[in-house]
This record gives sequence, C-alpha cells and structure tokens, in this order.
Amino acid sequence: MGTYVPNTPEEQREMLAVCGMTDLEQLYDCIPEDVRLRKPLAIPAAASEYEVTRQVAALAGKNHVFSTCLRGAGAYRHYIPAIVTEVTGKEEFRTAYTPYQAEISQGVLQSIFEYQTDIAELTGMAVSNAGVYDGATAAAEACEMCCDRKRTAVLVSSTVDPKVLSVIRTYRFGRDAEVRLVPDVDGVTDLEALKEMLTDDVACLVLQQPNFYGCLEDADAAAALVHEAKAKLIMSCNPVALAVIKTPGECGADIAVGEGQPLGLPLGFGGPYLGFMATDEKLMRKLPGRIVGQTEDRNGERCYVLTLQAREQHIRREKASSNICSNEALCALTASVYLAAMGPQGLAQVANACRDKAHYLKDRLTEAGLKPVFDRPFFHEFVTAAPDEDAAEKILARLAEEDILGGLALGNGRILWCATEVVSKAELDKTAALVKEVLA
Amino acid sequence: MKLIFERSVPGRHSDLLPVCDVPAAPADYAPRTRAPRLPELAEVQVDRHFTELAGETRGVNGGFYPLGSCTMKYNPAVNERLAALPGFTDIHPLQPADTVQGALELMKTEEKYLCEITGMDAMTLQPAAGAHGEFTGLLLIKAYHRSRGDQARTKIIVPDSAHGTNPASAAMAGFEVVNIASDANGYVDLDALRAAVGPDTAGLMLTNPNTVGLFDPHIEEITRIVHEAGGLNYYDGANLNAVMGIARPGDMGFDVMHLNLHKTFSTPHGGGGPGSGPCGCKAFLADFLPGLRVGDSPEGLVRQTALQTIGNMRSFAGNFLVIVKAYAYLLSIGREGVPVTAANAVLNANYMMNRLKDLYPMAYDTVCMHEFVMTLEQMKHQIDVSAMDIAKALLDHGIHPPTMYFPLIVHEALMVEPTETESKETLDEAIEVFRRIHEEALRDPEAIRMSPRTTRIQRPDEVKAARKPAVTYDFGA
Repeated sequence: MGTYVPNTPEEQREMLAVCGMTDLEQLYDCIPEDVRLRKPLAIPAAASEYEVTRQVAALAGKNHVFSTCLRGAGAYRHYIPAIVTEVTGKEEFRTAYTPYQAEISQGVLQSIFEYQTDIAELTGMAVSNAGVYDGATAAAEACEMCCDRKRTAVLVSSTVDPKVLSVIRTYRFGRDAEVRLVPDVDGVTDLEALKEMLTDDVACLVLQQPNFYGCLEDADAAAALVHEAKAKLIMSCNPVALAVIKTPGECGADIAVGEGQPLGLPLGFGGPYLGFMATDEKLMRKLPGRIVGQTEDRNGERCYVLTLQAREQHIRREKASSNICSNEALCALTASVYLAAMGPQGLAQVANACRDKAHYLKDRLTEAGLKPVFDRPFFHEFVTAAPDEDAAEKILARLAEEDILGGLALGNGRILWCATEVVSKAELDKTAALVKEVLA
Repeated sequence: MKLIFERSVPGRHSDLLPVCDVPAAPADYAPRTRAPRLPELAEVQVDRHFTELAGETRGVNGGFYPLGSCTMKYNPAVNERLAALPGFTDIHPLQPADTVQGALELMKTEEKYLCEITGMDAMTLQPAAGAHGEFTGLLLIKAYHRSRGDQARTKIIVPDSAHGTNPASAAMAGFEVVNIASDANGYVDLDALRAAVGPDTAGLMLTNPNTVGLFDPHIEEITRIVHEAGGLNYYDGANLNAVMGIARPGDMGFDVMHLNLHKTFSTPHGGGGPGSGPCGCKAFLADFLPGLRVGDSPEGLVRQTALQTIGNMRSFAGNFLVIVKAYAYLLSIGREGVPVTAANAVLNANYMMNRLKDLYPMAYDTVCMHEFVMTLEQMKHQIDVSAMDIAKALLDHGIHPPTMYFPLIVHEALMVEPTETESKETLDEAIEVFRRIHEEALRDPEAIRMSPRTTRIQRPDEVKAARKPAVTYDFGA
C-alpha cells in the first residue's frame, strides 16, 4: 500500500510526543467538527504498485495508436530523437521547482536562457519568455499585451485554428472585450475586409502562419495594413515551418507566438504542450510569465536569474501582466534539447520533408478523386473536398480500418490533411489507393 | 559553464532521419533569409551539455526541499513509467472517441475521485496550472452572476495573506480586487469581511489552511457571510495536502475551487511546469465548465461540451500526461492513504516547528497544518541577519531554502513545508542544520551574511539583470 510515507508508526508516535500529542487525530483539533469528514472517501482502496500498473496499463490498452497519422490541426506527430527523452527524463530537470534560488538552479536557468535564444532565432524576434501553457494561451496572452484603455478590440482572422480562437474569446470574456472575426477569401485572410475593420479601437490582429487550412498568408501585407492603423500584429506560427518560411520578425510582426509541441513533445492526447512567445524590446516588459536574464554573481562569474519580476503576480499582484506562475518549463527544455539534437540542418530537413510529403499526398489524393479546395502555397496541411459528407466519412472509416488516422473532417465533405516526415511514400500511396477505392 | 551555442561547431550534426522518399515540392513561398543560429553539435556533446546542466539543478531527490506552499513531495517512479506508455503518449487529441476510450475513462474516473476528495460535484481537468485553474473558477463565477442578470457584482475579496496569483487571476477575469487585512492570529478578520461584502461582491478567494499554515476556525462563518451577501466562495487548493480526507472544501461552504496536481497529487514540478490545475465546482456552476466533458452514450464514452460553457482555457483536454500521473498516485494511496498522507504532512511540520521554536520565533505559536512560518524580524533587528541570509546559509548545507518573504503579512518570513514523504532522520538532520546556523549567526553574523560560500554561483546581481536585460545569447556580429 503506497502512501509514500516513510515514517513507521513508532516514529510517528515519537514525533507526536515532541508535539505533546499521542494521536494523529489531535493535530486536527483546530478544525470545527461540522466540517470534519467522518466517513471513508468513496474512492478505491489503496493498491500495490503491481496492481496500479496493471490497471493503468489496461486503460492505455483501450486507446488505439494509429500506425499512420495524417491528422494535424494543431497537434503533430514528428520523430522524437532518443536523446530528447533521455535528457528530459533526468530527475533533476523533472522534479525541480521554479528556479527561485539561483545558486542551486543554474542548470535550469541556463536551459531556459538557451531556449529563449532558440525561440528568438526561430521567430526572428529580439526577446522571448520562458513559455506559457500552449499555443492557444500564448495567442490569448499576446492579445492581452496589445490592449490598453483606448484599444480594447481584438481582430482574429477566421483562418486561425478554431481552438485558438475559442481560447482568445474565453480570455477576452474576462476583460469584457470584443473579439471580431476577419473573414477569409479563398483560404486566406481577406485583406480588403481587414482594411475596413482596422478601426481606432482595434488593438491587434491575430494571424496564423501557415493558417488552419495549411495555406500561407501574406503576412507582410497584413503587417503593413495593421501598422498603418497603429495596431499590432500577432503571428501564431508553426515552429517547424519557421525553419524555412519568412519569420515573423522579417514580416514585421510585433509578437510571435505558437504551439511548441512539434519540437519534440509527444501528441499525448493534447498535453502537456508548450506556448512560445517572442517580441521586440519595446514590448518585453509586457510579456507574461518567467524571463531568464544573464548577469554576474558577486565574484564576477557569469550566471542567470529570473528577471523583470516586477511584471509578475508574486510582486505586482492584481497589477501583474498575467497571473501565470507554473508554466511548462520541462516542455521548453524538451524543445531546446530537440533543437540541439536537430541543429539548423536537421530542422530544415524535417520542414522540407513535411512540405514534400504533404505536396505528394495532395497530388495523389487529387488523382484518387478528391478535389483540392484551395489552390495556393501551403506547408504541410491542405484541405480536400469529397463529393459529400457521407463520402468523407466513408473515406475516414476505410482508412481507420487499415490503421490510418486520416485527416480531420471539417464538415461538408471537407477534410484537413497533414503529412509530416514520419510518414513514408508507401503509406501515402496506400492512403491514396484506399481513397480511390472508396470513391470508385 | 559554457552555453550550448558556445559549444557549436559548424557542420556537426546527428543522422536522425532518412533521405526523403518523395520528390521535392516547389518552395513557392517567401523563405527566411538566414538560417536560425541553432547549435550544431554531435549527440555526445548534446548529452554532456545537458548532463552538466542537470548537475547544476536541484531536484527533489537531491535532498530536503521544504519550500513552503509548493508541496515538494516525492514524485513516485511508477507514475512516470505509466505516463510514458505509448497508449497515452502517441494518441492524437482529435482521434475518434471510440479509439480513445481508455483516455476518456481515465479522465472521467479521475474527475469523480477528485470530486469525492473535495466535496465538489463537477470538475474540469483542462486548466494547465494552479493559476490557470483560478482564472477558470473566476470566469465561472462571472458567468454565473451574468446568467442571473446580475451585472453589479464586480468585486472579488482577497485576504492580504493570499498567494499573488489570487488577485492577479481576479484582475484577468475583469474583477476589481478588494484586499482585506488578516487579524492578529493570521485568520480572516471577520469584521473586515463583513464591512467589505455587499451587493457588489462577486466572491471571496480563500486558501484554507491559509498561507501562514493555519486552518481558519471561522471557516463556516466566513463562507456564510459571503453567501448571505450574494457572493460565491472560491477555494485555492494550494494547501489541500494538509486536509485531504480530513475535511472537504465542499463541506466548508466553498462553491468553486482548483487543485494543484503538481503539489497535492505528486506530479513533478519540472523546474516550473507542466502542472495541472483542475477546477471543481458545485452542481449549479457545472453548466459553465470549459473544455471537454466526458459523457456516456450507448456506443461508449463521448466528448461533450457543457451547455453554457465559458469556452476553452487552452487547446484540447488539458495536460493529459500529468493527469495520468496523478491518477496512478490516487490509485496507489487509495481511500486509506489520502488522510494518512495529510496527517503525516501535518505531523512532519509540527515536529520540525516544535524542535525549532526555541531558537526561531514562529509567526503564530499554535498547532500548524502542513507548513509553518518563522519570522526573523528580531534577528534582523538585533544582528542584521535576514531571512535571505539564513536561506542562503542553508544552501551550504545541502538544503533547499524554505520559501522566503511570503506571506507578505509576516516580516522576514521563512515558510517551511516538509511534506509527508520526508523521513524523521531527514527532518532531524535539517533541524540540526537550522540550529547550527542560528548558533553561527549569533557568533559570526558576517559569515552568515556572506552565505552561500560553497556554491559555484553566489548571490547573483539581480538589479543588473533587470536594469539592462540580456535575455538571449549575444552571437556577436
């Protein structure tokens, strides 16, 4: 029976005696009888490690791991190098607390400093924080950074992932602030409509690159329009795509955010993931969460500390830039180890393979009878249309029979497909053959 | 220590991926103009670099870690092994429900157990950390008042002893924060509370046991005052480890709360996350819950959303792999283990407090819960040795310092939370160290002020770091 309490009943009695007590029950004399729980909890009895292992493994066994995954939509299956799991499993990294005591936390502090540098490099921005919960909360926090008394409304392109939009809406409900959807045209943000919507109460635009449908947005043009209206541009980016596409920094974005999961984190049914956030020096002091900075100790030794803490909740309380405390440090470390293992060459190889495989799949699916919905540059996701919803369902069901997780059904026969470096040509060919068979 | 970028040698890399087996697609988009300056390393260098960093990181297994309010208990090994099963790690969050029945069952069951432990009726596992759970709970309170057409309830009452996240979360949820003073015993000042409540009260946020480690004996009166004024009571579950299985927030008059799975339910802190902050509520708030709700159907478990949901606090179901670890922990300790865990956390704290209180004045001299707060105000005044100095002196003895300068209502505070997973001999050794440091402080205060003396890094210059922030590596020209 694992309570993980090491002290024996005899030791507990000795310790109670030091407190002038004879029974553990006396420790709780201060709790009013009315609120004492005087019955056993209705949860299972304690179990041995062996029994727990059997039970939890049985639940894992009730989930199906698809041998081929062609579904993305915000969570991506990539190859995770062995070294990533090896390093992030180290007890010190896994169990440490937030590095408040710099003297015995230089390892984790330096790893965050390195992570911040990686994110700044990937996004082409000057500064980065230590990360937030996930890509969607990163976008929502970025909106918070842009709003002030005069500018309270947030524009979100309708090509942004609906889950990200939902989180932005929930966060903005807190501030009773408006979220306005910019329409899309032909798979990308409607820039003409955007121009009209940039009124002087607009704080920012959230643009996703590549967008939810996989298409690449004209971010430069959006940046120019947004800045002309004295609003700010938030770009939510796929970090793998950033290895090859024009960076938010180069496009003129004010804040770059995104979901860090593709950088070495498993799908894990949705978490834990990692929200990355980068910006320029002007907005640095509005960033939420931890930031690690370089300094010197009293002997002049280079070292790292949590810095700009005057932004944070434990100092500023209700005036803090965010309430965030625990974030996703171990996931940020994971991203950092992944990027170190891959290097610039390896990451570009992943990005190019994603792009090539997705384009190959699109061509094969088109030959098989699906219609591409948008005809424009894309990265590793794209949308097809089946003749009707019924056909789309049949396609996904047939693929599932062959242990292939097909794309995500978007309704009206549309399917959002994704291919990454981990699917082989043979799997893509097989997928196309099965689709052809269903549509025949 | 070298930075990873300083170890980089152009051209070094590992062979991790095969040559692409499909033709190259056109790069018909605007490319980035310069490759990211990621480090170029052989695998052995990567491994050595991070091994060196791990060596300068203090985990729970490295020794006593009595950080008050953080519940740094042992993180059981079996939890890690189970959360790493491919049946959990390799499932896509948007897979069809019939292919993730195990994940949905685990979530539904865990929600049920956590409701039983807290006395709540419904729970969402979506929030990713404690503060995220607070924000969720406050949005539930907001949605509830709005649903009744009551727009006037704009204020959240927070005691001055509260965690900083409480007022910060209330502000994010759009509330005005009303701070109320604590009384001389560290409890909620009932008169101040009565004076603060009114038709503009949306709710009260409270930690109980509170942040000075005491169970508020007037808890029923407190929650009644807020309810009678039309407000709701929010329970900050940061300190639940002291009372789980002993008393339930739901029986104390609380309507909504969060838990920290990374404190009470043994999941590791990861150097600052990932955590998990489930938010529980009474039935009348359940329709507002965010995120994925697991429902029953003839075909098995299905994904649902609450009728009047506030939306989503993050993408997908939550920090699922953390939730798996907490589930394994709950199964392990079981219904008998929950109160035994709490009682031993309280015993360990009282034992340490009783063996230190002759030398270190306690902020409140009474039976404490899972943590206690000492005040070094007198020492600071008499020999100019501060709480910070004592904390830094502990580093030289291999002990992670307690939480410093919190709660704000105690001057020169050191807050000690041993947790139930520490053995008597560990506590005895720590007590010995505390006593020796006290003796040295009286004998040679300058030596203590110069602590730490054995660590590689000593008293970093935080002012310099903030004045001219350098937050990324300078690659030079």
